[in-house]
Amino acid sequence: MTTAALIPPETPQKRLPGDLAIWFFILAEMLAFAVFFASYAFARARNVEMFNLYQQTLDRNAGALNTFLLITGSWFVVRAVQAAHRNDQKAIPRNILLGFLCGGGFLAVKVFEYAAKFGAGISMSTNTFYMFYISLTFFHFMHVILGMVILTILWVQARKGVYGSHDAHGLESGAAYWHMVDLLWIILFPLVYVMR
Amino acid sequence: MNALKNPAHRAWLILLVATSITWYLGEVGAAGTLAIVTMLFIAFVKGRLVILDFMELREAPRLWRALLEGWLILVSSLILLAYWISLK
Repeated sequence: MTTAALIPPETPQKRLPGDLAIWFFILAEMLAFAVFFASYAFARARNVEMFNLYQQTLDRNAGALNTFLLITGSWFVVRAVQAAHRNDQKAIPRNILLGFLCGGGFLAVKVFEYAAKFGAGISMSTNTFYMFYISLTFFHFMHVILGMVILTILWVQARKGVYGSHDAHGLESGAAYWHMVDLLWIILFPLVYVMR
Repeated sequence: MNALKNPAHRAWLILLVATSITWYLGEVGAAGTLAIVTMLFIAFVKGRLVILDFMELREAPRLWRALLEGWLILVSSLILLAYWISLK
């Protein structure tokens, strides 16, 4: 009974998950998006009526569904990292794969959304609102693809048993990037699709 | 309810509920100052959960936590400023 009490409580030491380099990369990406978000908001301030009018043509359901997909994809990848820390070798690739599938779902929804818009003859040159809508979401779209490439690499490595409580740096680095993709969409969705 | 002790599970649930609220506000056509502030606040809370519980920066060195949370504050403030200008 006393053994549990004899083990000293783990002192949580301050530790940055993953490699330092990935955090600089993430920060640079986030700053680029910050400029994009601010540009959108200030361009809107000069054309409120136009932005409000064309925002109504966006598919909010698709935007919300995609938010659910990215949040859930992120959650699976956190579970993969947690599995690595407890050396659950089977759960690591499984959760990475589930996260990847959520990303695939996001891309599929987005392709349908773009097809509907492009099919209606909308392009970057239609007006300022659509220029922002297409460029912002497409820039983000490319980041989802890069995130999925990273998840593929993590999955291959995880299946080889590379990650565990001894070393999860690579996994944590890739996971951090994947969460950034989620974080950016969390701002983008209300900003472009809903706020008016 | 044991699963909710895991901060990631808790964050995931809150994120889903918060997203539903934003979606609902869009469905009922919420607009204007209160709607904008509410949606921005929700986005801020969601972003913070991703930073602290998904990126696991809660226990990270203070600098990196501050950099990412600072980004969130910066972006929210700029958007709020732009929308405030648009309401004038």
